[in-house]
Amino acid sequence: MAVVFEKPKSLTDAPFHYCPGCPHGIIHRLVAEVIDELGIEGKAIGVAPVGCAVMAYDYFTCDMIEAPHGRAPAVATGIKRCRPDNVVFTYQGDGDLASIGMAETVHSAARNENITVIFVNNAIYGMTGGQMAPTSLPGQVTQTSPYGRDVKHCGWPIRVSEMLATLEGPEYVARVAVNNVKNVKNAKKAIKRAFENQIEGKGFSLVEVVSACPTNWGMTPKAALEWVESDMLPYYPIGVYKDRSAGEGK
Amino acid sequence: MAERILMKGNEAIAEAAIRAGCRHYFGYPITPQTEIAAYMAKKMPKIGGVFLQAESEIASINMVYGAAAAGMRVMTSSSSPGISLKAEGLSYIAGSDVPALVVNVQRGGPGLGGIQPSQSDYFQATKGGGHGDYRMIVLAPASVQEMASLTIKGFDLADKYLMTSMILADGTIGQMMEPITFEDAEIKTYDKPWALTGTECKRPHNVVNSLYLKPDELEKKNFERYEKYEQIEKNEAMWEDYMMDDAEICVVAFGIASRVAKNAVMTARSEGIKVGLIRPITLWPFPKAAFEAVSDRVRAYVSVELNMGQMIEDVRLATKCSAPVTLCNRTGGMIPSPDEILDSIRNAQKGVL
Repeated sequence: MAVVFEKPKSLTDAPFHYCPGCPHGIIHRLVAEVIDELGIEGKAIGVAPVGCAVMAYDYFTCDMIEAPHGRAPAVATGIKRCRPDNVVFTYQGDGDLASIGMAETVHSAARNENITVIFVNNAIYGMTGGQMAPTSLPGQVTQTSPYGRDVKHCGWPIRVSEMLATLEGPEYVARVAVNNVKNVKNAKKAIKRAFENQIEGKGFSLVEVVSACPTNWGMTPKAALEWVESDMLPYYPIGVYKDRSAGEGK
Repeated sequence: MAERILMKGNEAIAEAAIRAGCRHYFGYPITPQTEIAAYMAKKMPKIGGVFLQAESEIASINMVYGAAAAGMRVMTSSSSPGISLKAEGLSYIAGSDVPALVVNVQRGGPGLGGIQPSQSDYFQATKGGGHGDYRMIVLAPASVQEMASLTIKGFDLADKYLMTSMILADGTIGQMMEPITFEDAEIKTYDKPWALTGTECKRPHNVVNSLYLKPDELEKKNFERYEKYEQIEKNEAMWEDYMMDDAEICVVAFGIASRVAKNAVMTARSEGIKVGLIRPITLWPFPKAAFEAVSDRVRAYVSVELNMGQMIEDVRLATKCSAPVTLCNRTGGMIPSPDEILDSIRNAQKGVL
């Protein structure tokens, strides 16, 4: 019988621990498909974050390390500087990358560190049970913003891609989403580009993936994907924010 | 014979690290250790190594974590406030069982403290600093020569036991110049089959990790690590005995404090006091055997420290409180004069007459 669909080679057989309807599964798959297509499984070294994706080290078949909260780009820097021929990527959430790890994010981008960063923005801390993230939207209800995020009290959500694009350093910064088939396809293209850039020695490439958290948003998976479209994407527009080789930048 | 050269303590560490095969240094500027970074910045690019100034102490220790996991001989250096920032990374490095060398050229604390020499990070170095059950091998040089030899030793011990070796120096030894010799020491290398090298699709993936969500697994891991620590306590303790053959009063001091204490011991001897010095070279493991060997004879101990009395707790434990232990200390960047230590020796003598 012809095989029409199968698991990417770069994913292990371990069942994901993610909640029903969580797009982490899709994003893991996209990363693994790209690793397969580029034939870099044997060269790849992944850095897992602290957060929902902490156990990514169980899911990818390449060598993996688990970094302290927010420090994945620094850990990746250490590895890449020692082993420039390996392909080093981080996989981080919004609390990890945009709150506690913002310094590591900005400075690895500024150095144009030749690594690939997959940044999953679902506007909430998932693993700890749904607290306000640096990317939670104004008015968004979370466990630690029970009356809705009051920007007068705790400030505005951070648009990471736009901010990093102001730096001279990074090679490539793009925002994608995984809330529908078309967006998933485009997300994969951006992720592939981010890995190709590293292989070609071009430097720091970050793909911000606008994602959903049905469990902590208190929505069905379908309603969560709709909320991505109606509320997240207007604040976090899809697009390529920096692409030095193509001479692009918004 | 190897050439004798005049060198600053901090530079001796850097040169020794390079001679030990370290080709990766990640650091952040802080007084009084910055000469290490400056030396590395100059030398590493010329010998195919990596020097990188990180954006913070936190980032630099995590770069060390990554490089160590990738199987490299790697180091960072800092001074007291910077080591506090590295504590998170030190805990992860311990929990992941990867080898690293970390240098602390101590200055006065707490807080921003001062920039003058201190030994007030003894607790932080020997009792933890970061969270969780873990140890670091802590080496305390007392001369520029030892800054070099203990750096080489530290890399070896780190690789042998897969953990952090810390050089616990102080601003005085870091800044002072002394003649030293680099003997052509044989540098041992270790197989690192656990390292992140890329699988080449030829082996199952290596995972460097400190997360164990199942409590029985975490407990097992911690028990295993402590079995390793027991071996280290048994095999790696180092100390120097000075005039201890017939000593009834025992001064205990490490690092720069031991240099001053030696003067005081000599003077006290000329006064007829039977006094000697135990100088711990490893602070962890603390050299308990040194104290066991003399416990029948020594009637009083004087712990000389540049802090408010931190090592004194280990002296009491090692001596099982078999004799009184008094403290002779200065802190905040102050160093005791030989006369101050001499007074403490005389008082200890009076106390046991």
